[in-house]
Amino acid sequence: MTTVRAPDDDALLDALLHDAVGYFIDCARADNGLVPDNSRPGAPISIAVVGFALSVYPVAVAHGWLRRTEAVTRTLAILRFLAASDQSGSPDATGYRGFYYHFLDPDSGRRVWRSELSMVDTALLIAGALTARQYFDGATADEASLRELADALYRRIDWRWAQNGGSTIMQGWKPECGFLHYGWEGYNEALVLYVLALGSPAHPIHAGGYGAWTATYQWENLYGHDFLYAGPLFIHQFSHAWIDFRGIRDAFMREKRCDYFENSRRATEVQREYALRNPLERAGYGGNVWGLTACDGPGDFANARGITGRRFFGYAARGVPFGPDDGTLAGWGAVASLPFAPEIALAAVRDMRDRYREMVPGGRYSSAFNPGIDCDGHPWTSAGAFGLDQGIVAMMIENHRSELIWRLMRSCPYVRAGLRRAGFRGGWLQRDTRARSPGIRR
Amino acid sequence: MPDRFVEPEAEAQRLANVHSSGWRNPAPVGCYDLVVIGGGPAGLVAASDAAGLGARVALVERKALGGTCLNVGCIPSKSLIRTARLYGDWHFASRYGGRSPGDVTVDFAALMARMRRIRNRISRGDSAERLRDAGIDVFYGSAAFAGPDSIDVPDARLNFRRALVATGARPDTAPIPGLADAGFMTNETVFDLDTLPKRLLVIGGGPLGCELAQAFGRFGAQTTIAQDAPLFLPKEERDAAQLLSESLSRDGIEVRLNTTVVNVRVEEGEKRVDLVSDDYRSTLAVDAILAGTGRVPSVAGLNLEAAGVAYDAVGGVVTDDFLRTTNRRVYAAGDVCLEHRYTHTADASARIAVRNALAGGRARLSALTIPWCTYTDPEIAHVGLYVREARARAIPVRTFTIPMHDVDRAITDGEDRGFVKIHIREGSDRILGATIVARHAGEMINEITLAMVAGIGLRTLAKVIHAYPTQADAIREAAVAYERTLPAARARKLR
Repeated sequence: MTTVRAPDDDALLDALLHDAVGYFIDCARADNGLVPDNSRPGAPISIAVVGFALSVYPVAVAHGWLRRTEAVTRTLAILRFLAASDQSGSPDATGYRGFYYHFLDPDSGRRVWRSELSMVDTALLIAGALTARQYFDGATADEASLRELADALYRRIDWRWAQNGGSTIMQGWKPECGFLHYGWEGYNEALVLYVLALGSPAHPIHAGGYGAWTATYQWENLYGHDFLYAGPLFIHQFSHAWIDFRGIRDAFMREKRCDYFENSRRATEVQREYALRNPLERAGYGGNVWGLTACDGPGDFANARGITGRRFFGYAARGVPFGPDDGTLAGWGAVASLPFAPEIALAAVRDMRDRYREMVPGGRYSSAFNPGIDCDGHPWTSAGAFGLDQGIVAMMIENHRSELIWRLMRSCPYVRAGLRRAGFRGGWLQRDTRARSPGIRR
Repeated sequence: MPDRFVEPEAEAQRLANVHSSGWRNPAPVGCYDLVVIGGGPAGLVAASDAAGLGARVALVERKALGGTCLNVGCIPSKSLIRTARLYGDWHFASRYGGRSPGDVTVDFAALMARMRRIRNRISRGDSAERLRDAGIDVFYGSAAFAGPDSIDVPDARLNFRRALVATGARPDTAPIPGLADAGFMTNETVFDLDTLPKRLLVIGGGPLGCELAQAFGRFGAQTTIAQDAPLFLPKEERDAAQLLSESLSRDGIEVRLNTTVVNVRVEEGEKRVDLVSDDYRSTLAVDAILAGTGRVPSVAGLNLEAAGVAYDAVGGVVTDDFLRTTNRRVYAAGDVCLEHRYTHTADASARIAVRNALAGGRARLSALTIPWCTYTDPEIAHVGLYVREARARAIPVRTFTIPMHDVDRAITDGEDRGFVKIHIREGSDRILGATIVARHAGEMINEITLAMVAGIGLRTLAKVIHAYPTQADAIREAAVAYERTLPAARARKLR
């Protein structure tokens, strides 16, 4: 990136990166390597968080915070567990047809909370496995084994089954009732899911699946910005943690003379603009205080305190400009927009951190805070830390500064194949990197 | 309360206007230029238009003139919605800097009496006497085709040169085990209520289900609405459906999306309803159930086979784009044959059918630009194409979105949750469609409809001065947003 940063910005980002990576180093289980959804006692494993862990370990190695052999050990533990897991699809299995239940028991690694077999969370998990596959390219037996396992896990996912005989990929499945029908239409976080599902050499989705999904896109002019509309900020960030969308375009983006990276920059601008307008007059909102996205919320706290007058949500996808907006913001949302709009994102990161120190207890972002809810003299702040938030913070800071994850995934043949099958052309995708090392610091 | 004293008289007057009591069917003339089956909006418009052209016209109505709209549809529901809006405003008085009178009690009998009074007032325009005075022979009773050019009515056979089937639609109730035994209301019976149910379940999240759920919730019924799809109003813009969900929740209505009613039973004097959402089962106890908010065409008993008129149970009477059926002498209009089952489409289709049937016209149904509105609070109105429809036709679309929170009048009115979204063809200013979510979206959408019918693009709309402050100014703002994206505007900005 070419953005000029002040020295204190580098120090700030270093600290945020270190603490975010630390979540995975600190919270991963020693036996199966799995990582909990959040740091609260009794939290289940989230397979998406495990995907972030697999992606963040290379970052930790690159910065010298984890020995390479230790990272390989941790990664292998996860991949071996997944490979040997119960894939029968029974109500207490770990997965089915290569997909995984969203939440797992930390000890047994089996399904908990009657959670769904989650297609997009499996995609984030397997994106992490492929990141590790690309990074750990050493000749040792362990690293070779790691690559084979990651490859096998990816290949065994039956993406086509997840289309349920239709065009688009279903959001989830449960053994008790089959596929879930949540009306997953419009632009959303599934971009990386479709790329991986198209790139599979074993069970790719039908070619028309991607077109069917993008057919639900809406290109909107809002607050003076033309962009592919989606309300919650995370939708514009998560797929970008792995895939470098700069300069590559599918048919939709060619039509709009844009790309998904630029689109996320505009979405960030729209978030900021919404906070400036602050139509619901929420406390604290402003040009440097924004971040309406999927995060924890004060719903239970407000109920317990008997706070009335408006509805508060728990963990929910908040968005702009039509909400839901209960005054809850995710400070990490600005960090995750660093690569797209570094100037306004950095200003927001600094300002929010200075004004609301509570949201980064011990240097690690809490999931959310709400300046409009007084909690013993401080804004309400989500307890503990969530793995998804730490993962996106770590990956986006790293991509912003070194492009490490992007370079790894640019070299991944499955990602390249998936992008091509989705109709992406141009930019780095046109260049041949087959023989090239990703050029990363090891 | 004077309303209550007026009510029996009002209802009797309405029945006298639109029902058959005391009416004597005339003796048929030899051969009618047009026989219309059905005295709802399509049938009434068709009969009047045809009579206006000098045609000999007969109209056959089975039950009540005015059809669903007048008797059990738009008119009674909008009357209740107006009262519900009043209670809603009282409930949220503090939002407007007001203070609601301490104990707002709902007088259900009074609001129902008002509805019946309004229904009677409007029914005067649809009375059999008025039709007779316009030269139309009105026959009450069931109609059935006797052949390709004749229709049997009680004690008579009507011969025709042309006929129009305009029998409308009827409530469609999903076959839920136990529902019929437990008892339920439809739109045909809900307006007969004389006491407010304490606990109400509305099955179905289509327009009528959402409208009535919100109204009854605002009247104080503990209301649950169960919808088996992920969002209400499945055909509508996703943001519109989500704003509606939030609005219903704010009104205290329990929203159950992705939820299917699988069984109903009566135990201990209450209706117990089993619900399934994915793999979660629950039971809800209620006092009343409103179902059948979907509609299916009324084709039963018409003996369409005798006339060679093709139909099916779901789509109704099959017509071509000129509204002619598979019998060249027989046309159809309104809910019995249309995808869009609204009073205004019934009206418009009836005019097309009459012109084509009697005046040799070649007017096409597909040429109509049809707006519609769901009268919840906020209202949800749409016209033209949705983005997904345009994209399915490979039309590049660009949408100009103005949130109502950017519209001064919406802010002053405390009605700033919603939006205007206008879809245009990329590279032009041609309007393809629009969705409006606003308190008066039904009024606002007409401007867009006019622009579409007249071929007026966004550039011209940007030049139309709108009275300030009005909520419809959002439409001008969208047009101005478009204008700002034009290269010339950018160049000016740079200078």
